[in-house]
Amino acid sequence: MKMNGAQMVCEALIAEGVKTVFGYPGGAIMNVYDEIYKQDGFEHILNRHEQASVHAADGYARATGEVGVAMVTSGPGFTNAVTGLATAYMDSIPLVVISGQVPLSLIGTDGFQEIDAVGISRPCTKHNYLVRELSELPRILKEAFHIARTGRPGPVLVDIPKDITAEFGDFVYPKEVNIDSYKPTIKGNRRQIEKAVDAIIKAKKPLLYIGGGVVLANASDLVRKIADMSQIPAVETLMARGVMGHSNPLLQGMLGMHGNYSSNMAMSETDLIIALGARFDDRVTGKLSEFAKYADIIHVDIDPANIGKLVDVDYPIVGDVKEVLEKMIEGLEGKVNPARYADWREVLERYDNLHPQSYVDSDEVLKPQWVIERIGQLVGEQAIITSDVGQHQMWAAQHYPFDRPRQWINSGGLGTMGFGFPAALGAKKAFPNKTVINITGDGSILMNVQELVTAAEYRIPVINVILNNHFLGMVRQWQTFFYDGRYSETDLTFQPNFKALAEACHGIGYDVTTKAEFDAALKDAIEKDRVAFINVQVARFEDVLPMVPAAGALYNMMLPKKVESKKEAK
Amino acid sequence: MENVRRVISVLVANESSVLSRISGLFAGRGYNIETLTVAPVPDSNLSHVTIATNGNERVFEQITKQLHKLVPVYKVIEHEEMVEKEMVLVKFPIEASLADIQALCGAYNGGIVNVGLNMFIGMVADEPCRVGHFIEASQRYNPIEIVRGGVVAIER
Repeated sequence: MKMNGAQMVCEALIAEGVKTVFGYPGGAIMNVYDEIYKQDGFEHILNRHEQASVHAADGYARATGEVGVAMVTSGPGFTNAVTGLATAYMDSIPLVVISGQVPLSLIGTDGFQEIDAVGISRPCTKHNYLVRELSELPRILKEAFHIARTGRPGPVLVDIPKDITAEFGDFVYPKEVNIDSYKPTIKGNRRQIEKAVDAIIKAKKPLLYIGGGVVLANASDLVRKIADMSQIPAVETLMARGVMGHSNPLLQGMLGMHGNYSSNMAMSETDLIIALGARFDDRVTGKLSEFAKYADIIHVDIDPANIGKLVDVDYPIVGDVKEVLEKMIEGLEGKVNPARYADWREVLERYDNLHPQSYVDSDEVLKPQWVIERIGQLVGEQAIITSDVGQHQMWAAQHYPFDRPRQWINSGGLGTMGFGFPAALGAKKAFPNKTVINITGDGSILMNVQELVTAAEYRIPVINVILNNHFLGMVRQWQTFFYDGRYSETDLTFQPNFKALAEACHGIGYDVTTKAEFDAALKDAIEKDRVAFINVQVARFEDVLPMVPAAGALYNMMLPKKVESKKEAK
Repeated sequence: MENVRRVISVLVANESSVLSRISGLFAGRGYNIETLTVAPVPDSNLSHVTIATNGNERVFEQITKQLHKLVPVYKVIEHEEMVEKEMVLVKFPIEASLADIQALCGAYNGGIVNVGLNMFIGMVADEPCRVGHFIEASQRYNPIEIVRGGVVAIER
């Protein structure tokens, strides 16, 4: 069929089953927007900033597991999208981002809104393309989706010059992809898996170290199964919250810099780490030379480069964690003896009783941890929680009772402030019947606050709970601990009227200072079904604890003041 | 871990930007490039990139794995039993002794390749360390310019 390049883009997106595209038009991408206007195969959401478009596509992808799609113009449109690409790249999120480019004849001439998109995005995409001929456009689009979603997923950029979207040619969308140089390893090596199974059976203190790869591979059920059959304790990374479910007694909690005591102690004392789709990030390991000193390591990862990158691995297994787990479970069946690890479980339980995840509540001022717990009590399992970056993010990861994977959406690797609100829009588009709450701070929310307009226009009723401490809280916390309280540029006392700001953008706003007010505001926001800001005044100087100071050993934690409190969700 | 010198060959799709993907990977991840050469593989749509690098065992393992991850990379060869050659061109003033330099180049698998009014050019192709020796030896003839080519290697 003859059509122009712009129409080919639309047809390819429809063929890929894309339902929602997030984007922002401009000169070099106008041809495509003209075709978007004419088609009804997918919906387009006009964000108010390209960064938000990519984050929204990212949120959509994280919530669904499908490829998220964003579209931007050349030059500043593309450069605004770079933070979104980098965010997705660091967390291995499948995205296809389509950018306009100046016409081929202008490339290299410093044309209006020309920038070397492929050059800039090379280190923050899994792969990228500059389309040089119309005839290669269908193949490139097909490959882009394939590369984004297979192997270790990631964002792919397709940069299309304007004359190519205008040119007419034959369109046949390829059915299959064959890239000789790109063949991810899916099946784990059988012999290695057997050895790993043996090691698990022989270990005394094994520990499941669960990473975001388990979520990406949709392998949570298998992780729960292997834990259940073996009764091996588990810790989750920030990216894996929800995999085990908070009520699972085997789950110690989150590990790392802001991990809880029993998780970090478990990692410090285990004799066998079973790392599943985790990459030994510096925020997880703390000081490497002190990390898991007594442990052999089984490392299952689809990306060979993750294995042996930071720690030496005894049982490297390259493959899809789902496939590998299936084989491991087969191997363990009938052989693994849960009673063998009973002493180990008891040790960890003692640690947990010694220093449970806790905080000191107050009747005078709202504690941010209380707010998060309360959201969990009120909406719990049925909500999707996104977050920005900072103290609120860590409190949410620590205190929210996550029940399932893909319930928790946050920027872990890059740590992108401004991610949460647009990501919430993406998640809500994917799951309109779920309550979507962005837990954010008074710093982060302003970094994509223009999305109030997008949310209002398209009636995407996400709720932003702003834990307002009038500080860039995480930086403030470090300044308290490590910079003698010199609060350089972190005091956010001067701030907008958040309630009025939401209302000015056709949303709904609440100012909250008490527990009763918070309950009322959240219930009202859910009922009103409109985009909302719940501005919650919280204790100004609350710290995120426990904390492993940067470059410190995981077992040296600053712990919260001890309280006689009930045990909390892990 | 000790730093060692290594030579890697990378077979890549011969397409634009593939060299920037490789050099960018080295720059972005802080790996050293001692030399880098690239040329198309005859009768194919591939290019052969030869990189001499140094680093410890872990860095070297990361380099090969990260190279493998690049979509246009077909094959990464970590050379062990290789024949390795590098070329160098040296320009001498015409006053230098042609015969001496002819003999010197001959000792390193080379010769005089060009003679002009005011200068002449010697060429040598040999193992990188021997190329180093040649350059050292040629110093006493006051060379005007020295251009090294970077190594190419082939597995035995």
